[in-house]
Amino acid sequence: MAAAIEAKKNGIDDIVILERDVQLGGILNQCIHNGFGLHTFKEELTGPEYAGRFMAEVKRLEIPVETGCMVLSISPEREITVVSRAQGLRVIKADAIVLAMGCRERPRGALNIPGTRPQGIYTAGTAQKMVNCEGYMPGREVVILGSGDIGLIMARRMTLEGAHVKVVAELMPYSGGLKRNIVQCLDDYGIPLKLSHTVVDIRGKRRLEGVTIAQVDARGVPVPGTEEDYACDTLLLSCGLIPENELSLTAGVSINRATNGPFVDDALETDVPGVFACGNVLHVHDLVDFVSEEAGRAGRSAAAYIRRQGQKANAPKVIRVQPGDGVRYTVPSTIDLNNMDGEVHLRFRVRDVYKGRSIRVLAGGEAIVTKKRKIMVPSEMEDVVLKRDALKDCDLTVEIGGGV
Amino acid sequence: MTRNMTCIGCPMGCDLIVEVENGVAVSVTGNSCGIGKKYAETEVAAPTRMVTSTAPSDGGGPVPVRTRVAVPKDKIFDVVADIKATVVKRPVAIGDVVIEDAAGTGVPVIATKAVE
Ligand SMILES: Cc1cc2nc3c(=O)[nH]c(=O)nc-3n(C[C@H](O)[C@H](O)[C@H](O)COP(=O)(O)OP(=O)(O)OC[C@H]3O[C@@H](n4cnc5c(N)ncnc54)[C@H](O)[C@@H]3O)c2cc1C
Ligand code: SF4
Repeated sequence: MAAAIEAKKNGIDDIVILERDVQLGGILNQCIHNGFGLHTFKEELTGPEYAGRFMAEVKRLEIPVETGCMVLSISPEREITVVSRAQGLRVIKADAIVLAMGCRERPRGALNIPGTRPQGIYTAGTAQKMVNCEGYMPGREVVILGSGDIGLIMARRMTLEGAHVKVVAELMPYSGGLKRNIVQCLDDYGIPLKLSHTVVDIRGKRRLEGVTIAQVDARGVPVPGTEEDYACDTLLLSCGLIPENELSLTAGVSINRATNGPFVDDALETDVPGVFACGNVLHVHDLVDFVSEEAGRAGRSAAAYIRRQGQKANAPKVIRVQPGDGVRYTVPSTIDLNNMDGEVHLRFRVRDVYKGRSIRVLAGGEAIVTKKRKIMVPSEMEDVVLKRDALKDCDLTVEIGGGV
Repeated sequence: MTRNMTCIGCPMGCDLIVEVENGVAVSVTGNSCGIGKKYAETEVAAPTRMVTSTAPSDGGGPVPVRTRVAVPKDKIFDVVADIKATVVKRPVAIGDVVIEDAAGTGVPVIATKAVE
């Protein structure tokens, strides 16, 4: 929606939003908790309220929306094959496409947990949809594996709905979720968080009956003798999100193995001309404000692409942006110096928890930006703004430097 | 009495040690800045939380709702019970008041999603 709004405001009238769900808003519809939009609207909204603001704007600008519409494939020539109950199978030829398909959860099958395969094992997001949108409870005695934000939010949600959440186990020595969620979703309700712990066994024939949780060592290997049994009828998995890029692949877009999202330049354009990406399909976000801002930029870029009929304003001069020490990836991965805006947001995640260190952006070995940070954690996306004037005709490396 | 808590002022998440006397924080240690001290003082004196939940509706699915502002933390379960006992009449718009006064807190509960 944010991309469509910006494209419209930048002079493009022939737009359509294609959505497979019955409504717009994506994941926000099931995120009924507060904590959205502090940056954008300066007030704390719930997910549906945040989505509601954008829906109102889409309506006001009279942007066409087609829900119940599943995109099956996108060709490199930007032909979109879409199927819907109302119109059957169609091909839409687009001058520009903004990919915003979001992400999906890592399922049990991808986690290699030993044990039986009973009912009662859900990804946290699936459980969230059941409880918040459909009004069903997945179970009563709950163990949660993974301390990602969805898992933490669901620990509180299930508790308020009358379930008993026994423990949250996290493989890593630090939580995958925000501090605020640990305090307000676990501590407030006395739910223990076990760091460096994982599920090593699942029991139950038809319905889940219990799980075994064990401590893991620094390499993530379970430590014998630390096993503890928990009786439960429900296991929720909050073990990571994966950008949903099947469509990007059909379009021939190159995917960055570090993000599982497309490689993009400063305009958020992929390596297929006229195809742009934003939000969780590009890299997994923790703040919706960043998603909307990024989507807005993708929408503006798409509008500019159409206005210039695919031609760049100036002959391109492209530099690369590379992750250095302590940095997992960067978005974008290239910057076109001759065509970029006055500034570019550089977003990335760090590999580990760093206290009292700094972010350094190096151009040809020389630091052009140094930002001190009290703390950096893998669960919070970093954002550094680079001014065009500060950039030179040489590649950039982003790294975690010492304290300054 | 000593209370341990985690500051949520920033991702540092300082572990705070708070000495409480007669429901007031008399000393705070472990904080790295003033926000931590203030957080501990409010958490001890009058902790509040916004409550979000879903209310049943007349014939439709659950309607997401929230308290308009944060309510005292010890009222969370009472507020949820009130929400669960309320049947929302559709159609409802974002911001419509669903309960005038949730569990005697004086705070209204509002719908957070438009449901036809
Ligand atoms: C549980 C959870 C809690 C969160 N909590 C917070 C929070 O407290 N505060 C905060 O700021 N942020 C939070 N976030 C982060 C943020 O809200 C999300 O990252 C953001 O909403 C993602 O937006 P998106 O548009 O990229 O993806 P999505 O919302 O996933 O949207 C993708 C859309 O694409 C559609 N789609 C996909 N494939 C197709 C196809 N082939 N054809 C048609 N349509 C398709 C999907 O149906 C979906 O509607 C949370 C995220 C999650 C998952
Ligand atoms: S005390 Fe200050 S530094 Fe520590 S978590 Fe709170 S706000 Fe952050």
